[in-house]
Amino acid sequence: MTAVDIDRINIFMAVRRAARPARRSAFSLALPLLAFLAVAFVAPILYLLVTAVANPETREVLPRTLVALQDWDGKSAPDERVYAALAEDLKVAKDNSTAALLGKRLNYEISGMRSRVLAAARMVEKSDGGPYKEKFVQLGQEWASPETWAVIRRDGASFTPYYLLTALDLRQAPDGSIERVHGDQAIFLDVLGRTLFVAGLVTLFTLLLGYPVAYVLTIAPKAIAGIMMLMVLLPLWTSLLVRTTAWVVLLQSDGIINDILLGLHLTSEKLQLIFTRFGTVTAMTHIQLPFTILPIYSVMRAIPATQLRAARSLGAGPSSAFWRVYAPQTLPGVVAGCLMTFILSLGYYITPALVGGPRDQMVSNFISVYINRDLNWGLAASLGVVLLVVTLAIYLLFLRLVGADKIKLG
Amino acid sequence: MNFSQRRSFAADKPIDALVRFEDVKKSYDGVNFVVKDLNLDVRRGEFLTMLGPSGSGKTTTLMMLGGFERPTLGRILLDGRPVERLPPEKRNIGFVFQNYALFPHMTVAENVAFPLRYRGISGPAAAAKVREALGRVSLDTLGDRRPSQLSGGQQQRVALARALVFEPSLVLMDEPLGALDKQLRERMQIEIKQLQTSLGITMVYVTHDQSEALTMSDRIAVFHDGRIQQLADPETLYNEPANRFVASFIGENNTLSCTLMGREGDLGIVRMADGSTFKAGSSSTSGTGAEFSLSVRPESIALAGSGAGTDVNRMTGTVRDVFFLGDHMRLSLEALGGQLVTARIPARRVGPFAPGDAVTLECNVRDCRLLEA
Repeated sequence: MTAVDIDRINIFMAVRRAARPARRSAFSLALPLLAFLAVAFVAPILYLLVTAVANPETREVLPRTLVALQDWDGKSAPDERVYAALAEDLKVAKDNSTAALLGKRLNYEISGMRSRVLAAARMVEKSDGGPYKEKFVQLGQEWASPETWAVIRRDGASFTPYYLLTALDLRQAPDGSIERVHGDQAIFLDVLGRTLFVAGLVTLFTLLLGYPVAYVLTIAPKAIAGIMMLMVLLPLWTSLLVRTTAWVVLLQSDGIINDILLGLHLTSEKLQLIFTRFGTVTAMTHIQLPFTILPIYSVMRAIPATQLRAARSLGAGPSSAFWRVYAPQTLPGVVAGCLMTFILSLGYYITPALVGGPRDQMVSNFISVYINRDLNWGLAASLGVVLLVVTLAIYLLFLRLVGADKIKLG
Repeated sequence: MNFSQRRSFAADKPIDALVRFEDVKKSYDGVNFVVKDLNLDVRRGEFLTMLGPSGSGKTTTLMMLGGFERPTLGRILLDGRPVERLPPEKRNIGFVFQNYALFPHMTVAENVAFPLRYRGISGPAAAAKVREALGRVSLDTLGDRRPSQLSGGQQQRVALARALVFEPSLVLMDEPLGALDKQLRERMQIEIKQLQTSLGITMVYVTHDQSEALTMSDRIAVFHDGRIQQLADPETLYNEPANRFVASFIGENNTLSCTLMGREGDLGIVRMADGSTFKAGSSSTSGTGAEFSLSVRPESIALAGSGAGTDVNRMTGTVRDVFFLGDHMRLSLEALGGQLVTARIPARRVGPFAPGDAVTLECNVRDCRLLEA
């Protein structure tokens, strides 16, 4: 390193030192928001991720059984020592009223386990001591099955992939291999696919409807553009619930749309509009329109009017000039608007719940069901994680496809 | 005006100009006319500049020629053919815009190749033309860059190459150098002029910068208030302004009020505000007693006795300000009944002047002109 290089580095350091107080004070301005984000955003997401894999029930309720199961060979029914430990654990569980919790957890993986665990707990309470193996097997042959014990032993782990696998329609067989769930149980991939499809459809429609509006907003005289802008923004200032309810009023069997169609004799009977995919997509498209229009508009407004004129002067006809010169330059806004609407649509909950039918429920509706009705926080959190990962993956995919500089979210 | 009348009108006027404006009027609101009664011929191969302040109608005129605005009344003939209703893409006119209007999502070469695709030129033929066009503006090596990676001057050249690549017979330019710094602007002026001469194309150039207009043009049309005030070559425009507006807009000018007393050949004899008698060139036919403005350029005024000739107008006054400007001095004199007269005097001849000094100045009568007040 020459003396000149060292001089240069010294100057560089001096510049950094001189700028440090300014950097610090600028950073301190952002501190309140960073703190808020940490508490209100980062922490809940971390908690969500943990909840999706947390597995406390079996560990807490059956500590002795799990110790006894450590040297079980896994091939045949375990010996009396394990049953004795289970009886001991269930006695404590009965006193603490935690047997039901265990039963519910095991029931996710082997149906019928809930009632079996509760019956066993009652049996143990009434019983006057061992040996327990026979008594358990008398209650049900399942207590002699190695599969039952394998599941219990597996659930002794602090974390479980069970919820995440379930959210992807997968499950772990008692022997530990991962297999696909079939039949009625396999619903979540379907729901996820439906969520992506509806979000994609809504994005497409907002783009088809919004792009011309954004263009007209750009070229309209100021006064007219102002009124149009107000009409675009007005829905944003109305509560989501109100807008959705308005669609219920419009779409229902005795609603305005049906009345008009009947009145004009366009249909002879009432159409089923509400509780359909059509209703869901229509209402969501309406609600999402501003989110697609605004980024496109902001990009369009920055494109000079001379661009189109230049293209025309060089020989391009009106439509050729538009598609070759103007449209490519609006791409950053189109991508930003579509991304915004797509990602927001993935998380829709109220609108499909009120306007959609049972076959239109999206991932969010299932999350709400698992939280409010089934109290299955693990599965709800897992569905949330899957949605989060899919969203991030789509975002990154877009970023790769069009380049980060091509997305203009502001 | 009905169709048959228009036809006969065209028939009895031989078309020798590349562009002809015939009684063109343009109004956006139906009340105010931005262009009022425009008649102008652009000759083949000439560099014609439309010069004027903003709002004078020069840009609107250019836009009508380019096809972006339609005349409210009147006709525009291009090569003898009326084109008012022809869309811009059918006119085959090169257009260089104020902000260059390069397409940011295309490379420089793609920008230049853009007009070729609409003329059925592609592949190696197009590539050769692009190379040639870029070479003409000395940008051969930058074809793969994006416009955003170029400097202002380079972007300007790309815009020029793009407007020339399809060999239009007419190129229009709308203040193309306005965004460049002074030095670059002066270099580009010369380059554009050389290109125009060597390619033999007709150029119509719009600017509000008079020195640009004087440097480049074969003829200059001075626009004001929607009308052409004077159409002439730069020297005539500078030395013989047709009216007060042209006199004050082109270069610097002293305009001094006076009254016509009589004539002496092509010279008018006038009485100045302080009663002294001046002589000045005049093309006016107004009678004695008419009010005029006597216009004289600051550089035509010299210190008395410094060789302006024998036939001179002479004035004495008190110095207001003196500024030293390197090669010359600017002297502001209060003379001729309290009017301010500005003179540019070669610096080496000037003695030490101070505000308040009494000085006598003179100017040749041939350098003074009478303009309608």
